Amino acid sequence: MDLKDIENLAELAKIELLDIEKSKLLEDLGSILAYVKQIEELDVPDLEIEYSQRNVWREDEDSFPIFSKDLIISQFPDSKNNFLKVKKIL
Amino acid sequence: MIDTRTLTIEKAGEALRSGEFSSLDLVSACLQKIKERNDELHAFLEVFSGEKYGVDDVYAQAKRADEMIKNGKGVAMTGIPIAIKDNILMTGMITSSGSKILENYKASYDAFVIKKLKEAGAVIMGRTNMDEFAMGSSTENSAYGPSKNPIDPARVPGGSSGGSAVAVASGMALGALGSDTGGSIRMPASFCGIVGMKATYGAVSRSGLTALSSSLDQIGPFAKDSEDAQIIFECISGYDEMDSTSITLKPKEKKSLKIKIGIPRDFLKEGVDAEVLKNFEETLEKLKQKGYEVVDVSMPYIKYALPVYYVILPAEVSTNLARLEGMRYGHRVEGETMFDTFKRSRSAGFGPETRRRIILGTYVLSHGYYDAYYNKAWKVRRAIIKEYEDLFKKVDYIVTPTVPMLPFKFGEKSDPVQMYLADIFTVSVNLAWLPAISIPSGFSKEGLPFGIEFTGPSESDLSLFAIEKDLRDNR
Repeated sequence: MDLKDIENLAELAKIELLDIEKSKLLEDLGSILAYVKQIEELDVPDLEIEYSQRNVWREDEDSFPIFSKDLIISQFPDSKNNFLKVKKIL
Repeated sequence: MIDTRTLTIEKAGEALRSGEFSSLDLVSACLQKIKERNDELHAFLEVFSGEKYGVDDVYAQAKRADEMIKNGKGVAMTGIPIAIKDNILMTGMITSSGSKILENYKASYDAFVIKKLKEAGAVIMGRTNMDEFAMGSSTENSAYGPSKNPIDPARVPGGSSGGSAVAVASGMALGALGSDTGGSIRMPASFCGIVGMKATYGAVSRSGLTALSSSLDQIGPFAKDSEDAQIIFECISGYDEMDSTSITLKPKEKKSLKIKIGIPRDFLKEGVDAEVLKNFEETLEKLKQKGYEVVDVSMPYIKYALPVYYVILPAEVSTNLARLEGMRYGHRVEGETMFDTFKRSRSAGFGPETRRRIILGTYVLSHGYYDAYYNKAWKVRRAIIKEYEDLFKKVDYIVTPTVPMLPFKFGEKSDPVQMYLADIFTVSVNLAWLPAISIPSGFSKEGLPFGIEFTGPSESDLSLFAIEKDLRDNR
């Protein structure tokens, strides 16, 4: 991994980094990945786990109004006529 | 005068119902402790005390509880002051998850556990400090500054639910809720000398818990003893249709009289503080005297639990925290384009450990590395799950120290991997979706607390509470 990789990952994760942060992250990730690498070499059988499966979806009816619409709208950083306002994408 | 540092929920409940004191008296006593020590220990980020809180003011809550008790409707948690970790939603209240990005975020609904506590008439005292988004083992990652260990304020209280542990250990509340993703309840409980419990995955609803790592997170109780932890657990557990992984615990058959515990000796050979190991052996001796059968067990995969955890957790973190982009809620910093706004908001709002894990998670999920890291981690995770399953055919519990070290000083663990190693005995339990409890097991020469961890088979949650009673008489 090098600084370019860190920059690409930061771009994917939508995080801005200062140059000093990039080199610190490179160092930290290096030591974490060195530790994590021990699973790469591990020879482990591919086991099946039994999961109990059941339908967790509710019927397609009117949903129960447990969320406060006003409180949700009040948390929007920007809104207009009770709609969330976002920047144009294209 | 009520001494909230020694008073248990059980005793307080009896006193409330017999009229010895009221919930108002009890809340006053806790507020007094908060006044005396919160500036120093920084357990609470916010205490719901004052007119602006209206019906949620602690005295208003206590009055309603006293009314419930007077009308004979009191239950075990009625009128009991409880502290809540800052990642559990309560309608209209700020829930910041210890992060700047959610500094002013007000919850739009009650978490399932809050709903349960409100129904029972518990008094919710306020929100407690934590490592940002529950990532850390010391509260040093909180955007609002660390909490301090009440036993020695030069040392960390453990994390990530450090504030909740401190609140209970210092008598600012009689119980508390935390969340445990890799040890975040059990570890601070051990460091602060109290009981902390992580339930079987699904036993406590995650609805209203700010998601860190959804396949690992569980809410659970902090208390002075196991009777109290059980009272809180019974109040907050149960099936919830808002959590697709919710379960109802099946009642277990009574265990045989002789309890058999397994010790993964190989796993204790390296990296455990000598004093911690000595206390562990002494505690095992006490358990033997109590009639427990102690046997060595082999767990060849358990040593890979921590590296597996540091693949699966960051992967889930990077996806869960993608929702925080300054658009729908949280802190926004305007940029030219929408993506610029995302980047600026996230960069201003996330602390160093959060960024580190988001970037790490993005890496292990990226094309070309997905198989080597993420898929491989799940393969090993399944082997760990199977290893526990097989062992629980032979023993009733697996026992280790809760933390391989004593509470450390602030700034002592500056390397991320060194900090991660504090969770070596706790993460495997989350990976295997099992229940576990941390029980105080005495004090070091310097007066610092030790903890011992019992892990049981899936859905053996209630049986875990009985063990502490056996150890307590001998402490």
